[in-house]
Amino acid sequence: MRKVAIIGVGLSKFGERWELGLKELMAEAGLMAIQDANISSHQVDAIYGGTMSPGRFVGQEHVAALLADQLGFHNIPATRVENACASGGTALRQGFISVASGIHDIVVVGGVEKMTDVPLSDATTALGGAGDQELELSQGITFPGLYALMARRHMHEYGTTEEQLASVAVKNHDNAYKNPFAQFHKRITIDEVMKSKVVADPLKVLDSSPISDGAAVAVLAPLEIARKFNEVPIEILASTQASDSLSLSERSSFTEIKATQIAAKKAFEQAKVSQKDINVLEVHDCFTIAEIIALEDMGFFKKGEAAKATANGETVLNSKLSVNTSGGLKGCGHPVGATGVKQAVEIVWQLRGQAKDRQVSNANIGMTHNVGGSGATSVIHIMKRAD
Amino acid sequence: MEKPSASMWRRIKSRYNLVGSICKTCNTVYFPSRTVCRKCGRNTKMEDSTLSGLGEVYSFTKIYTPPEGFKDVAPYNIVAVKMKEGPIVEGHLVNASKDNIKIGMKVKAIFRKMLTEGDEGLIFYHFKFEPISV
Repeated sequence: MRKVAIIGVGLSKFGERWELGLKELMAEAGLMAIQDANISSHQVDAIYGGTMSPGRFVGQEHVAALLADQLGFHNIPATRVENACASGGTALRQGFISVASGIHDIVVVGGVEKMTDVPLSDATTALGGAGDQELELSQGITFPGLYALMARRHMHEYGTTEEQLASVAVKNHDNAYKNPFAQFHKRITIDEVMKSKVVADPLKVLDSSPISDGAAVAVLAPLEIARKFNEVPIEILASTQASDSLSLSERSSFTEIKATQIAAKKAFEQAKVSQKDINVLEVHDCFTIAEIIALEDMGFFKKGEAAKATANGETVLNSKLSVNTSGGLKGCGHPVGATGVKQAVEIVWQLRGQAKDRQVSNANIGMTHNVGGSGATSVIHIMKRAD
Repeated sequence: MEKPSASMWRRIKSRYNLVGSICKTCNTVYFPSRTVCRKCGRNTKMEDSTLSGLGEVYSFTKIYTPPEGFKDVAPYNIVAVKMKEGPIVEGHLVNASKDNIKIGMKVKAIFRKMLTEGDEGLIFYHFKFEPISV
């Protein structure tokens, strides 16, 4: 297996991009990435496009070939990857595998979602398809509803409070405030989170990631040739993935995501690093409770202690472990197919020292965590500088 | 209700009568029914198994932002119920007093209307839960 590096990244501005369609969003991120990687179009061997539900959101399927054409890559193999909200992370892993295997050299990985063209109830239904349609969505159990069931149980088992959950959103909005690509540039308070409209009790609007438009692109190459394109390649030390039942009810616990636990354990083994080596981390905070459960499942905190630690400021920018410096899904926005790739883009910027106002000092080894559904898919990457 | 009717009727045994399945190799009860046992794989021996409908609330929420088709009934209470036979089953909770829903509360499954397709369309039925009064 060859070592794989990221040699270029690009991101569209996330948010309600009324003025742009699917094609323009992809091109905005893609052009930035191919310029950053310093590659010409004919050098690209293959493309993987992560997107969850473009058919529902804009009536467009077959998106990977569309992405290849929009970026001016002629006739290369183009493959769409769908794993709900983990589509982007899974696409990155497919790109990693194709380069590591030696089948392709230069591979472009894109993630995109254009969500704001449909009414909220349509978007809620589309996202609901990430759970078990026959068991959950058919009864009107939405995604916020599933995470609310997890939050309520976590509160019951560990004494987690709604205020502690709110501190996740406050922190992530603080980070997003410093990220020009983020959907929200507005700091919020615990009180504002607590008083925001209830979506699925105990989760409120400000516990929830928004509906967003956005795209993210990364360019991969074998490490042995990566320096020809970029002086600071970022090596992917680990790329792991695990799955579980789509329905929350068919899992043994509501307070942990087993797929994350398995993928994280394998990732630390593959990268030959441990939790204490990581100082910058992007986790899948589709709801505030999801960040808490992720930090526990990945072994950064013991079960039941991440919420207290977050409320104590132990995961803010430039603490021991900076979590969601991009603003996370909550503050930066969550165009579902783009999110997993965006997490990698943020870690690349952090490791290169290009994150400006939100730069983590001595960013050394970074990690991403991308979840599909309520935990049926979990994808994890660990990266470090290789200059 | 945006889904085609067929998918509602196909699951009629589980939705109307709480029929799940049991693997006779390991005696694990599943709801809804499934074909392949998670534990036994190729040694699966699956048979129908009807749940008693009795269980305890494992977690709960109240949904205020509904998907398509549920606007008229929102907000509604949802419970995850740990059934006497083992599986966790999610469903609507009805006949509960406002602030009285608690983890550990005993409930039973009942048969109720879920949705109607407009004024003249089909009526979809489904199990729901209600508290067992003490």
